[in-house]
Amino acid sequence: MGNPEPELSPEQILELEQQGVFLTSGEKLKAIEVLYNWGRRQSMWPVMFGIACCAFEMMATGAGRFDMGRFGSELFRASPRQADVMIVCGTVSKKMAPMVARLYNQMAEPRYVIAMGACACSGGPFHEGYNVVKGVDKLIPVDVYIPGCPPRPESLLHGWIQLQRKIDGQRIQDVPWYGKDGDTRECAIPEYGPHGLVFPDKTAG
Amino acid sequence: MLRDYLLIGLLLVSALAFGALIIGAAALIRPKRPYPVKTSTYECGLETIGSTWVRFRVQYYLYALLFVIFDIETVFLYPWAVALGALTPFALVEMAVFVLILVVGLVYAWKAGALDWV
Repeated sequence: MGNPEPELSPEQILELEQQGVFLTSGEKLKAIEVLYNWGRRQSMWPVMFGIACCAFEMMATGAGRFDMGRFGSELFRASPRQADVMIVCGTVSKKMAPMVARLYNQMAEPRYVIAMGACACSGGPFHEGYNVVKGVDKLIPVDVYIPGCPPRPESLLHGWIQLQRKIDGQRIQDVPWYGKDGDTRECAIPEYGPHGLVFPDKTAG
Repeated sequence: MLRDYLLIGLLLVSALAFGALIIGAAALIRPKRPYPVKTSTYECGLETIGSTWVRFRVQYYLYALLFVIFDIETVFLYPWAVALGALTPFALVEMAVFVLILVVGLVYAWKAGALDWV
């Protein structure tokens, strides 16, 4: 049930995907799984989460010329409860970090995260900043990283398509939100203390 | 005539069944993984500040009152309009008097400033 190591060229990978063999699981998915994934990948609704300059590129992607709506994300939801994917656009400052974590926790499964821009991937050009979280993956699990400062709308769409391909390869048996021993991916919410972020002590209680 | 009501009853039953089917199917398929932070109240990522019950302005009652009056006028107007073809011209005059009385009330409310926004 693990992921096999494909020693295939990109062309071979694409051809296998077109035949319906999804390499994340290593075998052909059943029709019900294809349908389930198709329904999810064609209508991913993002949470409106533009924090900084990358938000402008996200807005441009949602606007007329690049039109993210044709990929299914016609609506940017204001509430995380109604959203599927969280596009973290921009620098996450330490003051914003508890809110990022809380909003991710308040999203309902199935949920995905796209880290857009250099700042969300790793702190970016502000990596040495005293108030910058060096990458949003210190707070929440990220599915797709999009480098760029800011990434052009085509880059965001490319990342969106990669996320869709990731969703295509998920099997219902392996997804973390079904099953008894699934992973809730609950993220610790840090506190903005006087000397930076303080994560809650996991060993206590 | 009873057959028409049968169709309406069938429509009612199918509407209820459709709603129940959609909600039931969604409840079976959806993932259920609640934990305290996930089900906490949403306030833009912050801890909630203040109480949820906000006080409504009681001045809005005025609009409810005006609505009730003119709604009842409309309720009288609809059957009159449907039956007008079969009535004498006196019915037209009678309804005009009724509407005129209510228009006087409307003009009073207008001049008294009831239609200005709160």
